[in-house]
Amino acid sequence: MSGVRVLVGTRKGAFVLTSDDRRRDWQVNGPHFAGWEVYHVAGSPADPDRIWAAPSGGWFGQVIQRSDDGGRTWDPVGNDFSYASPAGEHQWYDGTLRPWEFSRVWHLEPSATDRDLVYAGIQDAALFRSSDGGESWHELRGLREHGSGPEWQPGAGGLCLHTIVLHPSDPDRIVVAISAAGVFRTDDGGATWRPINQGLLSEGIPSPAAEVGHCVHNLTMHPARPNTLYMQKHWDVMRSDDAGEHWREISGNLPSDFGFPIAVHAHEPETVYVVPITSDSHHFPPDGKLRVYRSRTGGDEWDALTDGLPQQNCYVDVLRDAMAVDTLDQCGVYFGTTGGQVYASSDSGDSWMPIVRDLPAVLSVEVQTL
Amino acid sequence: MSIRVVLPAHLRQLARSEKEISLDAEPTQRGVIDALEQRYPALRGTLRDPATGQRRAFVRFYACEQDLSHESPDRPLPAAVAQGNEAFRIIGAMAGG
Repeated sequence: MSGVRVLVGTRKGAFVLTSDDRRRDWQVNGPHFAGWEVYHVAGSPADPDRIWAAPSGGWFGQVIQRSDDGGRTWDPVGNDFSYASPAGEHQWYDGTLRPWEFSRVWHLEPSATDRDLVYAGIQDAALFRSSDGGESWHELRGLREHGSGPEWQPGAGGLCLHTIVLHPSDPDRIVVAISAAGVFRTDDGGATWRPINQGLLSEGIPSPAAEVGHCVHNLTMHPARPNTLYMQKHWDVMRSDDAGEHWREISGNLPSDFGFPIAVHAHEPETVYVVPITSDSHHFPPDGKLRVYRSRTGGDEWDALTDGLPQQNCYVDVLRDAMAVDTLDQCGVYFGTTGGQVYASSDSGDSWMPIVRDLPAVLSVEVQTL
Repeated sequence: MSIRVVLPAHLRQLARSEKEISLDAEPTQRGVIDALEQRYPALRGTLRDPATGQRRAFVRFYACEQDLSHESPDRPLPAAVAQGNEAFRIIGAMAGG
């Protein structure tokens, strides 16, 4: 282990932040793809020099860029995300049906073992797979063709597939989350899918315990405990210990259980991090205090982490893909804000320091341990 | 037939090209974009939606002080463009306030 590389996607480009394993002195490289909205940047665990980025924009649509030298240089790869079958229709905000239409890539999930295999979650919600390093993309259409598809409706950010959780040893099992449809799982490599939302309660939908329609914001899993999933829902922090078959609330003493990202400690599967946000109309932290909350009991009991974070007049948001951990012996935790700060902790969240303060609004943060 | 094409900054960055390039292309919008994508595969999908082939909403085509964006993609371009005297200009429409 020699250091870490933090991959940051922002409203106006991507940045690569690097440090040795002390994580005190940082080099900031970027912006890459200046002017493009970069919803996500993700590196291959199988080959850390291989990184994909998903720049998009209102003018020129979606492109995918790939680096094979750790983010120094980039080349465009495939960007054709055409649905594999007639698109069908989903719910629109006004209750009418609207045809599925591609607008952007939200999330890239590289395989842990195959440097050429990467998944993409897109808006309107669908899952794509590339087995040639991103040169070509093929939809796993069984998800979009699930019978509940016409009931799916967009969250405020659109009908997006934003989270992809790959099982560490079973390549046939994938869990995805869609706003605002919920969580779906395949056990056959993506051919068939079923919703796994039992136990979720969402007051904002006509039937709070419905099979689909939940605005799930983010999921995380510790690779040593693949049957345990943690969830930040629109409201409520949730947990499942049977691979999503059943969920229970673990919000406990959080000052607000609204939020976007959720992360789990690299070496402690029962240590979980969230960033409470006041509400869906107030997209900033309660009381103007930026606090990460950590549970060391797998939820229910949470402690505020504040050392090094602004505790007054702070009104930024932390978006769903903007928190990540490294795997150094002393686990590092990182998150980015809509105010352009990227904060790092090299002691599991006990203390924080900003790596950078003035980037464009941060959309995503991922970490590679080198 | 050599046609002069002016690219906006985002697409020059993507194609790693000069601001103005020359293309051997049929003198229609479709011909120019086909030739552009052939020479610069990185631009595929950036001007036209890959699924529908439609011009992206905020992409505009100007030449000879005219907005050609709403013309049929197969309509011949103005003679001055076809002859290389005027450039076919691809524009990212003003947006964002």
